[in-house]
Amino acid sequence: MDKLTANHISVSYDGVKIIEDISIELHNGEIVCLLGVSGAGKTTLFNVISGLLKPDTGKVELDGADITGKAGKVSYMLQKDLLLPFKTIIDNVSLPLIIGGLKKAEARTVASKYFEEFGLAGTEKKYPHQLSGGMRQRAALLRTYLFSDKVALLDEPFSALDTITKSNMHEWYLSVMEQIKLSTLFITHDIDEAILLSDRIYMMTGKPGKIKEEIRITEPKPRSKEFVVSEEFMNYKKQILKILEGS
Amino acid sequence: MIKKLQSIINKVSPILAITIILAVWQLLSGTGIVPKFMLPSPADVVKAFFKDFNLLMHHAKTTLVEAFLGLSLGILLGFIVAVIMDRFEIAYKAIYPVLIITQTIPTVAIAPLLVLWLGYGILPKISLIIITSFFPITIGLLDGFKSADPDALNLLKAMGATRMQRFVHIKLPSSISNFFSGLRISVSYSIIGAVVAEWLGGFSGLGVYMTRVRKSYSFDKMFAVIFFISIISLLLMMGVGLLQKAVMPWERGKAGGGE
Repeated sequence: MDKLTANHISVSYDGVKIIEDISIELHNGEIVCLLGVSGAGKTTLFNVISGLLKPDTGKVELDGADITGKAGKVSYMLQKDLLLPFKTIIDNVSLPLIIGGLKKAEARTVASKYFEEFGLAGTEKKYPHQLSGGMRQRAALLRTYLFSDKVALLDEPFSALDTITKSNMHEWYLSVMEQIKLSTLFITHDIDEAILLSDRIYMMTGKPGKIKEEIRITEPKPRSKEFVVSEEFMNYKKQILKILEGS
Repeated sequence: MIKKLQSIINKVSPILAITIILAVWQLLSGTGIVPKFMLPSPADVVKAFFKDFNLLMHHAKTTLVEAFLGLSLGILLGFIVAVIMDRFEIAYKAIYPVLIITQTIPTVAIAPLLVLWLGYGILPKISLIIITSFFPITIGLLDGFKSADPDALNLLKAMGATRMQRFVHIKLPSSISNFFSGLRISVSYSIIGAVVAEWLGGFSGLGVYMTRVRKSYSFDKMFAVIFFISIISLLLMMGVGLLQKAVMPWERGKAGGGE
């Protein structure tokens, strides 16, 4: 069943079309990627789905209910980790629960259960600046998960990390996803990352932003490290590069 | 090693400078190059301070109470004004120039008016302190609110946070550092404001004491009270610094590299 659908979304700003007639869907437990060059309107689309921005036309539905322009329904992780420097990791992570109405102590109890699973044990009382980039990203992802366990939108979640940390994070991310089965829509302009993590890839082209093609990555999960250097992987990559050249 | 030496020099140099000034001063008035009744020696000033110690403490109490009340109300006013100005763009545009204008009026010019309107009691003192101390607080808080990360605010919006929740979780903590910068200035303003207001009339307070010793040409006591006032201000500013460290635990150990 479709978890989340966005139907015929168009947004213009100052008379310029940013995205035009975009329709995408996300199934339960799926990881789907929006891949495209910078300026293709990917972030704008996320702002619409998260409810921060009202589209000119189109509708966003979550579990069949209309959530167009309604914030707080699907969780959203922005490019930066955006952990608040003045809160400890546990307080940062439990923030969405507090916003949702839980008391501070209750929120902490709920949040602390996930620290082990997310590989964050021992960081509860630390401040963000005391953590490495990878750890901060894990904390941000846990916060995103606690915000909504239905659907998560991740805007270039790993783009700020160095290559080695990034590769470790991919592995970690896939293993966490195996357990929590969070339906995820994520943005990237890293082709390898898109192929490695996604079940499906929407290729976006810009000015105005449109979905050019949809690619299904059939490689079963969990995916091993060897997948990245396999022939299937290279074939996917060739296919994607061809589409990008053609646009 | 060189770094260590550098830090020792950094710490010692101001002490050295003060010592030299005091030594030159002692030499000038002690040897009679400058007549003693015009410029008492540092030793005389210290003597005068301890001779009048109890009296000074009594007056200091009045001044500190006024400063404390005035500053508290100033902070409260500053906070309210800052919140309103941050919340409503129109209020910001309307109030900001007025705020600047109030700061161009010299304290000593409005103090006599306040005494005429409000009498010789504690009211004109507190009013003057509020007027002088709320401005740095307001500006500090406003800058702090505006420094809040717009992406963080958006993130909370996406979480469905209300305006109030966004204020409490992001804007307020973002403003603490700027608030304390403002408070450090306001604390010294509040002492100065109290003393200036006391000059113009009152029954006790360091300003009243100052006026009395000036009229009796006791320059040693005059200097003693001046130094006393600056020491009080310095101690209060240090207190603000300690308070800031206590309420901003996340800033601790940042400079030394977190990891």
